[in-house]
Amino acid sequence: MLGKKVKSRIFFLSLSLILFAIIIFAILRSLEENVVYFLSPTEIYNNEKISFEKTIRVGGLVKMNSISKNETSINFIITDLKKEIIVSYNGLVPNLFSEGKGVIAEGKLKDKKYFIASKILAKHDENYMPPEVSKALEMSNN
Amino acid sequence: MFKNFFPNKILSLTNKTINNLIVLLIAVVAVGLVYSLFVSPPDYIQGDSVRIMYVHVPSSFIALGCFGFIGVASICNLIFKIKLMPLLAKSIAPIGCTFSIISIVTGSLWGKPTWGIWWVWDARLTSMIILLLFYIFYILSWKFISNFEKANKISSVIGIIGSFNLPVIKYSVDWWNTLHQPSSITLTSAPTIHHTMLIPLIIMFFGLVIFSLIIFLMKYKTEVMRFKIEKKKNFK
Repeated sequence: MLGKKVKSRIFFLSLSLILFAIIIFAILRSLEENVVYFLSPTEIYNNEKISFEKTIRVGGLVKMNSISKNETSINFIITDLKKEIIVSYNGLVPNLFSEGKGVIAEGKLKDKKYFIASKILAKHDENYMPPEVSKALEMSNN
Repeated sequence: MFKNFFPNKILSLTNKTINNLIVLLIAVVAVGLVYSLFVSPPDYIQGDSVRIMYVHVPSSFIALGCFGFIGVASICNLIFKIKLMPLLAKSIAPIGCTFSIISIVTGSLWGKPTWGIWWVWDARLTSMIILLLFYIFYILSWKFISNFEKANKISSVIGIIGSFNLPVIKYSVDWWNTLHQPSSITLTSAPTIHHTMLIPLIIMFFGLVIFSLIIFLMKYKTEVMRFKIEKKKNFK
């Protein structure tokens, strides 16, 4: 049904497509460290070679009842429900920053349990709902 | 239905069809805008900035969909040498390009109040910029290469290579840690958007699809006419 020329073109094109896909996969795999935007507390805990000089990002949830503010700084705990990291930050936090919500902190590790942040970003999750629904959900959870 | 897209049929596409589509477009977008700006509730944490989503998400969908179409058309074009394919792909490229710009701009407008930053280089946002670059390369390859056959080949290769970026954009939020949130609407599970927000999103999606269709038909008609004129010139 298909001409000889068309067949050879299909063969050549599918071969180069597969090759190209493998190359892209290899590139993305080798760049994985740079592609991930943040590390979870568990990943930091498990990483033996983590740098204490380089700026890194930690992401997770702000632990409930962990935010404590004083005049100049704000302290809170980032958790991924397995491991935790205490974060200390001087400056303004985004409006959406609150307990139980996602957060990403950029800064440097003091040690594996303590992080000095220079920037705080709020991470939004994939849930969208009106306030009434969220209240109703909370009521039914308690 | 496909027959209607053949070069001779598209030329008989009258202004009446386009006008009817424009009326439909205005109706759908008017309903969609009223629903998304006034009827739908604010989000429980984002507040009113959730309304940016009603433009952002459909734009991103269309931007990805258009490039997917260009990718498929480019493959068909290189294998079967159908004259129709480059004209179809060429007409759809500016639409996808525009919507990827809209997606990026609305995204950063949303990012500032929500994340606290306009732009970050996480996997989703970076791959979206790469998509925009591929759109620009694709369009420019048609603009700057005057020989049709040569432009056709080069743009097809750009279209195919750029298509590899599409699954990366789609799954970037699942494969890697990103600041961008994962998809709320998936094929496998129930949407995590409340239905009062999902309905305006779907209406706006259809509105923007109709808009794209109108622009596409007009552009495609122009491209077919231009192609025929060029052909005639070459015979002389």
